Amino acid sequence: MATNPAPKPVPQHASTAAGGLAEAHPERPSGLLRWLLTTNHKEIGTLYLIFSLTMFFIGGVFAMVVRAELFQPGLQLVQPEFFNQMTTMHGLIMVFGAVMPAFVGLANWMVPLQIGAPDMALPRLNNFSFWLLPVAFTLLLSTLLMPGGGPNFGWTFYAPLSTTYAPPSTTFFILSLHIAGISSILGAINIIATILNLRAPGMRMMDMPLFVWTWLITAFLLIAVMPVLAGVVTMMLMDINFGTSFFNAAGGGDPVLFQHLFWFFGHPEVYIMILPAFGIVSAIIPTFARKRLFGYASMVYATAAIAILSFLVWAHHMFVVGLPLVAELFFMYCTMLIAVPTGVKVFNWITTLFRGSISFEPPMLFALAFVVLFTIGGFSGLMLAIAPADFQYHDTYFVVAHFHYVLVPGAVFAIMAGVYYWLPKWTGHYPHERLAQWHFWLSVVGVNLTFFPMHFSGLAGMPRRIPDYALQFADFNLVSSLGAFLFGASQLLFVAVVVLCVRGGRQAPAQAWEHAEDLEWSVPSPAPLHTFETPPTFERPAH
Amino acid sequence: MSGSYYVPATSKWPVLGSLALGVMMIGAGMLLVHGFGGPIVAIGLAAVLVVMALWFRDVIRESRRGLYDAQMDRSFRWGMGWFIFSEVMFFAAFFGTLFYVRTFAVPWLGGEGAKGIAALLWPGFTAHWPLLNPPGEGIAGPREVLSPWQLPLVNTLILVASSITLTVAHEALKEGYRSTCRNWLAGTVLLGLCFIAIQGVEYYEAYTHYGVTLQAGIYGATFFILTGFHGLHVIIGTIILTVMLVRILRQHFSPDSHFGFEAAAWYWHFVDVVWIGLFLFVYVF
Repeated sequence: MATNPAPKPVPQHASTAAGGLAEAHPERPSGLLRWLLTTNHKEIGTLYLIFSLTMFFIGGVFAMVVRAELFQPGLQLVQPEFFNQMTTMHGLIMVFGAVMPAFVGLANWMVPLQIGAPDMALPRLNNFSFWLLPVAFTLLLSTLLMPGGGPNFGWTFYAPLSTTYAPPSTTFFILSLHIAGISSILGAINIIATILNLRAPGMRMMDMPLFVWTWLITAFLLIAVMPVLAGVVTMMLMDINFGTSFFNAAGGGDPVLFQHLFWFFGHPEVYIMILPAFGIVSAIIPTFARKRLFGYASMVYATAAIAILSFLVWAHHMFVVGLPLVAELFFMYCTMLIAVPTGVKVFNWITTLFRGSISFEPPMLFALAFVVLFTIGGFSGLMLAIAPADFQYHDTYFVVAHFHYVLVPGAVFAIMAGVYYWLPKWTGHYPHERLAQWHFWLSVVGVNLTFFPMHFSGLAGMPRRIPDYALQFADFNLVSSLGAFLFGASQLLFVAVVVLCVRGGRQAPAQAWEHAEDLEWSVPSPAPLHTFETPPTFERPAH
Repeated sequence: MSGSYYVPATSKWPVLGSLALGVMMIGAGMLLVHGFGGPIVAIGLAAVLVVMALWFRDVIRESRRGLYDAQMDRSFRWGMGWFIFSEVMFFAAFFGTLFYVRTFAVPWLGGEGAKGIAALLWPGFTAHWPLLNPPGEGIAGPREVLSPWQLPLVNTLILVASSITLTVAHEALKEGYRSTCRNWLAGTVLLGLCFIAIQGVEYYEAYTHYGVTLQAGIYGATFFILTGFHGLHVIIGTIILTVMLVRILRQHFSPDSHFGFEAAAWYWHFVDVVWIGLFLFVYVF
């Protein structure tokens, strides 16, 4: 995979690199050192994407263990303790190791290309942000081998499960989250600085492609909430190791405080994982519908509205924890409000498709599936937002169904759509269309087989995070497990498509897709190592 | 400006920095969990500091060679500004904890609120802030809390004064009075050191005379996490200002180009503002 072919050095780039700083570009290191020392946004983007894919499979294997255990009632394969570690690590790895780095990787590759920048604003910091991740996740995964096992309290690590009753390895888990958090904050700072400062002359904020806009807002969310996560895990660390009472009622603290702090981070975190997906889909749908995006400005405002609302809804994760009534009502109504800007987005995508001249290339397939399936996840979210109804749904498989619909056919499908969309730009080749179609259809079938039955088992009362279940849930779980195996296996096809595309395939021109408009399509395919060293002049498309 | 954006060459500091941070964290984990690993923490921390020093040295050299233009300068400004915003949010978590505990958690334990579930845990508990009587057995509260009008007031005056001296130093630098700048900056560093020393005395007093410890229930926990992280930031800020002082002595900076100095000043003012919040909500009210 790590063979994104080194682009041939193009003479004019070599000489104008870095504004007449010839000595700043000495012989580039080769082999492993090239990847360790790089300051190039494209190489770092590739590293992020490879890392994310690796984590996607590691987290995927954990999910397969979970689904294998749940294949039939009773305890078959694993001990409950290990099952808990698997659900926990699956969540942590997928959220922090797979989805977030994938979006950062796409941002690294595409934001400079889409705004006409020579690189990220702070290239060395960029490399630092990436290389913190392997350190953090090696540490996190190593907790599985420690005495007492790895984290087993769910990815939300509620106190006191994660403090008083936690395995000793929790301290290492906290430290690994600190490293991952530093990585996210520095990465986000870099992205904001790039977008605010390095746009091509003439490109106003309201000219930016939506992927750039959504990432600008996502980066803001990251900088606002990752430090809160750092704060809350630090308090856990103190409670575990230094006898403080932050989450201990005996000392005047409160376990519910943990949940407030965690979800003040956690809810914006959910949008961190979906806003860039909106951006990708907003790039792909107009391209393959051969129409301009309907309602560009409203898309920007909707994204900003979602981001602002995300700070006001955190306690909808805590409806059953014993909140005062006024809090239940406030958080319920604020949560429902999110449906408005989200509805604006879905409306705009559909209106863009309306009377478009649509073709169904692999990126478009994934983007269309995103619109439909993400909307299902959005509606189940609206159901969960209703506090009295949530008393029923809370901690059941209905919740699992909901957030997997927004994260798998939502975020993950959007990432795959983006990869298929931009692979020609990265490698110079189109992805293998037939294989990509197989990958798409198997994924769609697999994902729905896996998660749709969970709505039913959840509404019927099946609790989440339990390795065994009552007999009446057996059929739903059998279907879910079969779907999960199908989905998991079909991701190998994705790897095959990517590897084949890196190695060869139909040559792509600079503008790989007929109606694609943004700046990245003005540079050659594959994009040379250095692009836009002389800022392009941005020309506003005629309305 | 076209084509002049500085894209640095490959650099070994980022990857070495993440390795060093990893070593430090692994050492810290071993120390906390298994009780050994102190030397590993020390090695990791030293490596982190060395890498930071060398990385900043590279940046300073590039800056002094004139490789950075106005656009690069703006990138640094955005970067530092958003970094400080992230620090604001870090402290917001701890202030939020303090407010939540004082407004909700402790009163609820004392029976306030419509449902009063928490009140059932320790029926005899009466809520009071500062919490001198944690409800659970085995957790001894503070004997007494620290008065704001002694050392904390002195420290407040010191930090406010240091913000003023730093601003004078900055204005002097902008006007080209280098020796004035040097003197006032040195004064600022001195005030920072005074603050740290007094905070140390106060911690000693808290532990030995007042019974305000990490283990003394939620009052001690919030007190130390807020003042502790603030104190750490004062230490870091003092180091940064010392570096600026050295750079002034080495004739770095010009009246119209000295973002390193400005960034240090932003950071210091931020630390100062956090202290005002601390003084008001941890000590006074």
